[in-house]
Amino acid sequence: MAVDAAVLAAKGASFLLRRLGLGGGTALPGLLALRLDPALLPRLAAGLGQGALLVTGTNGKTTTARLLAGMARAAGLRPVANAAGSNLVRGIAAALSQAAGPDGRLGEGARSLGLFEVDEATLPEAARLLSPRAVVLLNLFRDQLDRYGEVDYVASLWRGAVATLPPAAVLVLNADDPTLASLAQEARGPVLLYGLAPGPHCLPAPEHAADARWCPSCAGELAYQAVHYAHLGLWRCPECGLCRPAPHLEGSLDGDRLLLRLPDGAQRSLPLPLEGTYAAYDALAAVAAALALGLPWSAIEEGVAGFGGAFGRQERLTVRGRQVQVVLAKNPAGLNQVLRTLCQRPGPLRLALFLNDGLADGRDVSWIWDVDFELLSGRVAWAVASGSRAEDLALRLHYARLGAEVTLERRPVAALRLALGRTPPGERLYVLPTYTALLQVREVLARWAGRPRFWEEAAP
Amino acid sequence: MRLRLAWLYPRHMNTYGDRGNIIVLRERCAARGIELAVEELGPGDRLDPARYDLYFLGGAQDREQRLVAGDLAAQKGPALRQAVEEGAVVLAVCGGYQLLGRFYRSAEGEELPGLGLFDAWTVHPGPGARRFIGNVAVSWEGGTLVGFENHGGRTYLGPGARPLGRVLAGYGNNGQDGGEGALYRNAFGTYLHGPLLPKNPHLADRLIALALARRYGEASLSPLDDALAWAAHRRALRLARRRPILRRWAYALGGALTWPGNR
Repeated sequence: MAVDAAVLAAKGASFLLRRLGLGGGTALPGLLALRLDPALLPRLAAGLGQGALLVTGTNGKTTTARLLAGMARAAGLRPVANAAGSNLVRGIAAALSQAAGPDGRLGEGARSLGLFEVDEATLPEAARLLSPRAVVLLNLFRDQLDRYGEVDYVASLWRGAVATLPPAAVLVLNADDPTLASLAQEARGPVLLYGLAPGPHCLPAPEHAADARWCPSCAGELAYQAVHYAHLGLWRCPECGLCRPAPHLEGSLDGDRLLLRLPDGAQRSLPLPLEGTYAAYDALAAVAAALALGLPWSAIEEGVAGFGGAFGRQERLTVRGRQVQVVLAKNPAGLNQVLRTLCQRPGPLRLALFLNDGLADGRDVSWIWDVDFELLSGRVAWAVASGSRAEDLALRLHYARLGAEVTLERRPVAALRLALGRTPPGERLYVLPTYTALLQVREVLARWAGRPRFWEEAAP
Repeated sequence: MRLRLAWLYPRHMNTYGDRGNIIVLRERCAARGIELAVEELGPGDRLDPARYDLYFLGGAQDREQRLVAGDLAAQKGPALRQAVEEGAVVLAVCGGYQLLGRFYRSAEGEELPGLGLFDAWTVHPGPGARRFIGNVAVSWEGGTLVGFENHGGRTYLGPGARPLGRVLAGYGNNGQDGGEGALYRNAFGTYLHGPLLPKNPHLADRLIALALARRYGEASLSPLDDALAWAAHRRALRLARRRPILRRWAYALGGALTWPGNR
């Protein structure tokens, strides 16, 4: 049996990292393998009998990819995914190496389907290396501008990537995002558009943090008949008449169900796996992607029903009798959606918010001033502000005039302890971290959930 | 008492948290019993120089900057210039600051005319040039200003303008001469973007005091409890001054171990 040195090295590194407790080994092993064999990705991807699908967008990548993996599994396929959210080329290399045998071959290759979430700026490179069968674009919002420079820059990257996809690749686009809908013209292959129908959840106008305010064709200011959130909605340019195209797959929200009109006209409905309009979009995107891959409806249904949630995405834990829900929120569009969803809950909210300025969060924390924290006014019992930029966060909450006490505690573990201590048994605490803060607090909470006495002894 | 603020091009020029400056001005006025009326003016809207005490221009992407440059030059420019000559208070951040200079040459070499309020000009060295991104600290009137900068353009001041402050950490106007921002009469231009005023309450109060003095001839502002704002200021100052070599190490380590998305 021939041995694949790069794959073997990645496997070894991953094993070591996990044994040494240095994380999940989702990036470094891939980096190592790529160093040993720069052509690793196309080589391993060629073994994916079902081809590869890429998911990108500012928000919803992980949840969408997870949902889709469940659907693929239900259809009898074997998904190979970078499920831990390691979404650069190195993360994909690590996932493929992990799935391959020591000889570099994927077991059950004929049934293997690559399902990769891809960082926004990595899409062109990933598309070039993997020659995907389908690409799903979810949305484009301001996020980590210190890294990407400008939102327009990301849009231009995607435009370039779309124009160079293999002609057979299906492009799955969110028709409600003007920037994405306009990419349909660049596509060389088939396009599947999805979108939401207006409903009672809609807002009268785009939120403050909306980014795509201008017509992609003539730069006129867009008008909206209905806004789902941020700048997603039924948009139209009053100047040139360009408007949101009719989607092939249309969803509408009906309580906790998603009603669907499929491209063939059939009507279906699904239970929504998570709360909020933003999560409904993820489900809709996953259905669209599944249809693009030709998965049967029964598999789509089964995949949604069996969805176990994704790490830190509305994840529920019980920590010593307190209900803790961890909701990742890392940019204005996402956090606004989280806040709107929380405001639907009865009773005053107990909040622990974590703002880090790590590289993966964005070094620039200016974005919190684009978040409509004012929505929470009168709805909060108390809040704890934490993270490496806790002072900035507390100051933002101060100016939002919540009408509730805001406690500043920069150290995340101490902040969690404080918040849990203040939450009466049986009641719920919402933990809202940025990306690197999620990694910190999730680990601590999981440990405490397993060892119930730990924090209580130390609680005030 | 009542003050009026004109927020110029709020839909075009709001890249990152610019709203924070408006919120802070309004709340700090309200805490002193002053009503700050904020009026939003977009392209095509007429600007009456006698109507407003304060003007605010935020940051913008190149595309939006291009959309407003023409309107500013042809429509609002002369009125804004007159207002400044009469002592009106202006805060112009990042893209807004660039537009108040003489011209802005984009990465593609396209030249956008500016208002020429500041004797300054901005040149983007090209698409491949490094952006100036990071925490920034500036000395200002014996104290400090802190913020975050993110700009591709390099701004150079002529003899008719003076910098707002000196760079203590970060890049400032052009990363070379140590100057940050520009000051002309009561017009303040700066690259400290987004929420500049929340963490710099002394600058926020200076703007309010200047506007009050001009409108009512008096400007005594009662002190507010700014413990939180100064805590955030000190934190930002410390982060900006962190040794670059240490930061590079932290980046490398943090990138390899904790962030799979690092590139």
